[in-house]
Amino acid sequence: MTDKNTGGDVRLTGISKSYGSFTAVHPLDLTVPQGSFFALLGASGCGKTTTLRMIAGLEDPTTGTVFLGDQDVTDLPPYKRPVNTVFQSYALFPHMDISENIAFGLRRRGIKSVKKQVDEMIDLVQLGEHAHKKPHQLSGGQQQRVAVARALINHPQVLLLDEPLGALDLKLRRQMQLELKRIQTEVGITFVHVTHDQEEAMTMADQVAVMNGGRVEQLGAPADLYENPRTTFVANFLGTSNLIEAEVLETGSDVLVTAGGGKLRLPGDRCTSAVRRGGKVLVGVRPEKISLAHADDAGEIADGRNRVTGRIVDSSFIGVSTQYVVNSPAGAELQVYEQNIERDARLVPGAQVVLHWNPAHTFGLDAAQDIDAGVETVEDAA
Amino acid sequence: MTATLAKEAPGPVEEPVLRKPPARKRLVPYWLLLPGIVWLLVFFALPMVYQASTSVQTGSLEKGFEVTWHFQTYWNAFQEYWPQFVRSLLYAGTATLLCLLLGYPLAYLIAFKAGRWRNLLLVLVIAPFFTSFLIRTLAWKTILADDSVVVDVLNALHFLDVTDWLGWTEGDRVLATPMAVVTGLTYNFLPFMILPLYTSLERIDGRLHEAAQDLYASPATTFRKVTFPLSMPGVVSGTLLTFIPASGDYVNAELLGSTDTKMVGNVIQSQFLRVLDYPTAAALSFILMAIVLGMVTVYIRRAGTEDLV
Repeated sequence: MTDKNTGGDVRLTGISKSYGSFTAVHPLDLTVPQGSFFALLGASGCGKTTTLRMIAGLEDPTTGTVFLGDQDVTDLPPYKRPVNTVFQSYALFPHMDISENIAFGLRRRGIKSVKKQVDEMIDLVQLGEHAHKKPHQLSGGQQQRVAVARALINHPQVLLLDEPLGALDLKLRRQMQLELKRIQTEVGITFVHVTHDQEEAMTMADQVAVMNGGRVEQLGAPADLYENPRTTFVANFLGTSNLIEAEVLETGSDVLVTAGGGKLRLPGDRCTSAVRRGGKVLVGVRPEKISLAHADDAGEIADGRNRVTGRIVDSSFIGVSTQYVVNSPAGAELQVYEQNIERDARLVPGAQVVLHWNPAHTFGLDAAQDIDAGVETVEDAA
Repeated sequence: MTATLAKEAPGPVEEPVLRKPPARKRLVPYWLLLPGIVWLLVFFALPMVYQASTSVQTGSLEKGFEVTWHFQTYWNAFQEYWPQFVRSLLYAGTATLLCLLLGYPLAYLIAFKAGRWRNLLLVLVIAPFFTSFLIRTLAWKTILADDSVVVDVLNALHFLDVTDWLGWTEGDRVLATPMAVVTGLTYNFLPFMILPLYTSLERIDGRLHEAAQDLYASPATTFRKVTFPLSMPGVVSGTLLTFIPASGDYVNAELLGSTDTKMVGNVIQSQFLRVLDYPTAAALSFILMAIVLGMVTVYIRRAGTEDLV
């Protein structure tokens, strides 16, 4: 993938996992480049943790092969793989103090003088004064750092993180995200991070694989996934998208479509599937790309922008921005995020408005998909 | 905030009124304790005092006993019956060890591998309790009888040659030998080992095994470094629940043993019920209690269970 030394890539080829008749992971191929911060993102039950556990060796794949560099490790038990895991529950040994926990891996590999390394690692995660406490005497955030230290001290080829921040409160989570990113940059080890939190994945990872129903929906850099979702699931799961069902009028470098009586334009190269005249397409635009103008000011909108008229049904002020919900003939409950720079007092529920945006920010998705796939409720149910 | 407030309003600082819970509420724990305390007083503390006084009495059944602070009884009893004390501790210790060796794998299986069979297996562990202790021990008389299948098989395997050489059995016989008594003790107290072991094993988070294996520990090392240390509370309570009653047991030695396998329990029983030498019987009971208490204290200290139990 890169021209760097690829000797340490994690390569999964045709790997799958079934439990009886239930398939947790459909055959998938995945390459995690050496030294990268890779995130597996998806709702619970999408197969991301199972995939991680197959890399760790805690789960035997039903089919396929796991390579670490050039070595086929599929049949190696976990304790023979140069891979360490930070568990969701931390799984710290309750009968050992912090430094014993951290030294565990080194001792198992027969390393006698571990003190110096352990002390260094305790310093790295800033737990100096807690070295001789038992895990239950530490807070969640501190336990989490012990779990990271216990894994990292072994200098694994790959560090696997299974939702390690899930149990922390929001503020601590943000802090630990940056902390983990810093550590990863410092030690240069490949991190594979499993999470259901799209913000976490986007903040930390160089590459994100979005998983759904045991399959990888899309793989790419966070910005790329966000700007160019290829499926409705990705469009809805990563942030919020307004998806409008439309009919194609003209094709070419620009595609002209009609939805709810209005016309919209989008770049032809941002359509994921072939569009043909008279066919259907899902037109997508992110809420923050849309500007809102009161219907009285409709004349001031520059030419060439996509417009949709509608009526505000709800608005909520959240500090940096205001979120509006707009019903229009083109689609119900369109989301618009407006920065609170100059607030127009007329934009209240009930007002007639025009939504307008640069056509370049519009993307087109295959209309054969479920338009609501990946909508937030999946996570709420988890 | 508080600093500036204090500056603005100097003056006597009012002590906040600490509200005490009403007396009714404070007394609740004591009321809950009461039935147990009364029970212990009447059925444990009082008999103990009575026994203690008996142990320092002299006299005979005809003339009646009198407290004479005759502590000599203790020394005499110990001198005469020390072999039975040693035997009791040896048999109980061996039975405890056997229970641990037999019970640990079973408890481990039930806790981690039994899946949906778990409850059934637990019921089977305690199933023997549905039959009287006496009947079950009598049954072992049949099992270990001279012409029984078990003895024939052991004989054919030349196992009895080994145990005979070790002095555990005599010739072709198993019944009326130390091995028979230890076997009976092991059988009777096995559930008391398995249940606490199971409870502490079952509490161990399975993810710790995964974490250990992820950190280069083979299954054997995982057991040695993680599972076993974490099951120590169960090992300690299981061994205590087995050893303490086994060291005072007399039924197994009575039914399965011979005069050469008498334990201290048998002596106490015969002193009380046949010889009717109450002071000696009481003294023997107190000596046994002191020995067991001493051993248990040392054991718990050594096992370092303060922060485990």
